[in-house]
Amino acid sequence: MPLYHNDDQAMLKDSVAPFVAEQAPVSHLRQLRDSADATGFSRDLWAQFTEMGLPGMLVPEAHGGLGMGHMEAGIVLEEIGRNLTPSPFLSTGVGAVAALAHAGGTQAGRWLPAIASGEAIVALAIDEGPKHRPDRIATTATRAGNGFRLDGKKSFVLHGHVADMSIVAAKTDGGITLFAVPKDAKGVTADPRRLVDSSLASHVTLDGVEVDADAVIGEVDAGGEILDALLAATRTGAAAEMVGVGQGAMDMTVNYLKERKQFGKLIGEFQGLQHRAAHLYGEMEVARATVMKAQQLLDEGSEGAKLMVSVAKAKAGRAANLAVREGVQMHGGIGMTDEYDIGLYMKRDRALAEYMGDVHYHIDQVARMNGY
Amino acid sequence: MSELDAFRTEVREWLEANCPAEMREPIRDEDDICWGGRNFKFKNDAQKLWLDACVAKGYTVPDWPKPYGGAGLTPEQTKIFKQEMKRIHARSPLDSFGIWMLGPALLKFGTEEQKVHYLNPIARGEIRWCQGYSEPGSGSDLVSLQTFGEDKGDHWVVNGSKIWTSYADKADWIFCLVRTDKANKYQGITFMLFDMESKGVTTKPILLISGNSPFCETFFDDVEVPKTQFIGEINRGWDVAKYLLGHEREMISGGGAGGDMVSIGGAFAKAFGKNAAGELDDPILRAEMAAFDVDVFAYRAMGERFMDMWKTGRAHPASSNMMKYVGTELNKRRHELVMSGGGSEALEWDSEETKGGARARGWLRTKANSIEGGTSEVMLNVIAKRILDLPGA
Ligand SMILES: Cc1cc2nc3c(=O)[nH]c(=O)nc-3n(C[C@H](O)[C@H](O)[C@H](O)COP(=O)(O)OP(=O)(O)OC[C@H]3O[C@@H](n4cnc5c(N)ncnc54)[C@H](O)[C@@H]3O)c2cc1C
Ligand SMILES: Cc1cc2nc3c(=O)[nH]c(=O)nc-3n(C[C@H](O)[C@H](O)[C@H](O)COP(=O)(O)OP(=O)(O)OC[C@H]3O[C@@H](n4cnc5c(N)ncnc54)[C@H](O)[C@@H]3O)c2cc1C
Repeated sequence: MPLYHNDDQAMLKDSVAPFVAEQAPVSHLRQLRDSADATGFSRDLWAQFTEMGLPGMLVPEAHGGLGMGHMEAGIVLEEIGRNLTPSPFLSTGVGAVAALAHAGGTQAGRWLPAIASGEAIVALAIDEGPKHRPDRIATTATRAGNGFRLDGKKSFVLHGHVADMSIVAAKTDGGITLFAVPKDAKGVTADPRRLVDSSLASHVTLDGVEVDADAVIGEVDAGGEILDALLAATRTGAAAEMVGVGQGAMDMTVNYLKERKQFGKLIGEFQGLQHRAAHLYGEMEVARATVMKAQQLLDEGSEGAKLMVSVAKAKAGRAANLAVREGVQMHGGIGMTDEYDIGLYMKRDRALAEYMGDVHYHIDQVARMNGY
Repeated sequence: MSELDAFRTEVREWLEANCPAEMREPIRDEDDICWGGRNFKFKNDAQKLWLDACVAKGYTVPDWPKPYGGAGLTPEQTKIFKQEMKRIHARSPLDSFGIWMLGPALLKFGTEEQKVHYLNPIARGEIRWCQGYSEPGSGSDLVSLQTFGEDKGDHWVVNGSKIWTSYADKADWIFCLVRTDKANKYQGITFMLFDMESKGVTTKPILLISGNSPFCETFFDDVEVPKTQFIGEINRGWDVAKYLLGHEREMISGGGAGGDMVSIGGAFAKAFGKNAAGELDDPILRAEMAAFDVDVFAYRAMGERFMDMWKTGRAHPASSNMMKYVGTELNKRRHELVMSGGGSEALEWDSEETKGGARARGWLRTKANSIEGGTSEVMLNVIAKRILDLPGA
């Protein structure tokens, strides 16, 4: 398969890009932020996403979805990134779907159709501290009655306070098990915090939460593999969104270089800025190719996918970070103002960089996967 | 089975049957590379057998049309062919400036007669070419070149000198930029081809910091060039020259991918030893190598995407400049890490154990990557102007 979008994918992009740009441009984020919106995204917009079939893109056709791949989901995420659109698409339509589809069984039958129809928002409760350490999950699930009792604390749970269900990773006797914890479960408290990018992420406390045995996603103790599928999908998706953030910031900056005059010249005439912009262009192109490669390998079910996913998250993280830093710097004083959009790109980049493993985490993973 | 799968099987079987075991070993020395040409001496029988087998199938230039010595493969087939070569670590049967640079320019600008005449000997490794672009006063600012061809009716008389001409002392023919109109800067250059054995051509090798001497000063003293030996149009050689540079840059960028070295940290962990946690036992070097590995894996994906797009006409025409910039800067970083990883041993300059200072010499050689074929700064200028469309660039 060549590493560029085929005709169907190009068509998808041609319909999604103008849709997101018109319905949810950066002003949409500002409006939610300035009205102190308590949901974290617009339900109207999610309904429009649903009309286009987007939440169910990755849901298998048998469960009412479109059965598409990560390459297609990445097209949507890039536009979400470019427009800084607040949306549960990544957690619900990508991460949760990847886990449920991988696991199959009761919970897949219960939730996949609901995600595809736009009814269900799903949160991912994986992290437990300020840094992403999925190999050190301390939340426990102990057998109780005909089900389990969950105890622990989760953090950085995007949409955790409004989700209809949260996928909770917990330790069981013989490994990791994933649970579908419904919104109204007793003993769950979600404490939403406003983050630097205006999104809402919850600290979730699980205090003796009792769930039935069939709340298990997949098999008991066999959640490691499902968690891997969830993480691979979410990291790749976050990387695609970062490519959108970086590209948006870069485009805005390159345009500014062609407008702003100092010393009687357009600042884009100064070689000191030209070379940095050109360097950034190269980094962004490489990041884009890398993310596409990770998407392609995931879609093929290739063994090499895991490595490439970490490479993609790290590379997209570096490139997008460069884009927003150069963006603010090259805008001069105006780049520091709230009124101007470039700073919003910097904020979103920071949140996405941290999500599901930062650059350092994934560089370390690459070393481990290569035996050092 | 799809047609492409069938093709893959066919290539795999052919390679299995025809690629000698010695030709699946990593390249160790310059003389492991088959450059071809009138005076080329094969290192061993395997090298010659492998070349002959590939020539017979058109596999030295798999994507060139058959009448010109290629195998006429489509872009998808070429990709598969390369993957299969890589899978068994097969060496390239033939490397040359004819294949990388002159060939593509001839395919685009040559007449039918020229294509048949010049491309076949390149594909068969019979004629080795060198590149006469740079002059002492004209490096990055190539278009200022002064070597002059005086019109004598049916031939030119060429006078002047070139510099940094790689392998000029080993090449059979030269493709050379010659000024044929002093009044017109861009439209006063002709892209000429002539035999290095022509009367009046002399070369003088130059020693590099690596201690090797692959390039030369090249002098032209009343060299007669028949007025049939040029590509494109008279005085419009700059168009050909630029097109060729695109291919040269694409070729040089390939070094960034790092060939057979899958992971630099993985390769060095063996030499360095690991700590109890199984990590390379030098945490800062480990981190730098891992960050580098990320960039290399990423660049390989970029290389794949670039080739897929380049071969199907989807790439931005200036994108080979970006590839060259990113790829060469990466390769320089690789060799800095190779030196750090090797420690004092990598400093040895001529010992047998270090294969004659291979690491140190290789490290120094890579410094040229961001100079030859256009410097990194020039690449950034081109990206700024042609891709980002920045003003006044
Ligand atoms: C937080 C803050 C507080 C400030 N407080 C004060 C204050 O109290 N009083 C006051 O008078 N001012 C103040 N300033 C203004 C500050 O001095 C200017 O923002 C600064 O001089 C840059 O000018 P500019 O914003 O117009 O950017 P520009 O000059 O428009 O620069 C835009 C970009 O172009 C680059 N650039 C410009 N010229 C060249 C060149 N020749 N070569 C290469 N690159 C070039 C710049 O480096 C920058 O990256 C403040 C700014 C900030 C952000
Ligand atoms: C190993 C090797 C092999 C080579 N083989 C060949 C060959 O086979 N045939 C051939 O014709 N040539 C060959 N070259 C020559 C090569 O193409 C030139 O060295 C190159 O184009 C740079 O020219 P220069 O050396 O004159 O440097 P200069 O052009 O003098 O550059 C000096 C420095 O100034 C910078 N600079 C120049 N202009 C600008 C600008 N506008 N903006 C910013 N920075 C600028 C450059 O980037 C560089 O860092 C080879 C070179 C090397 C090192």
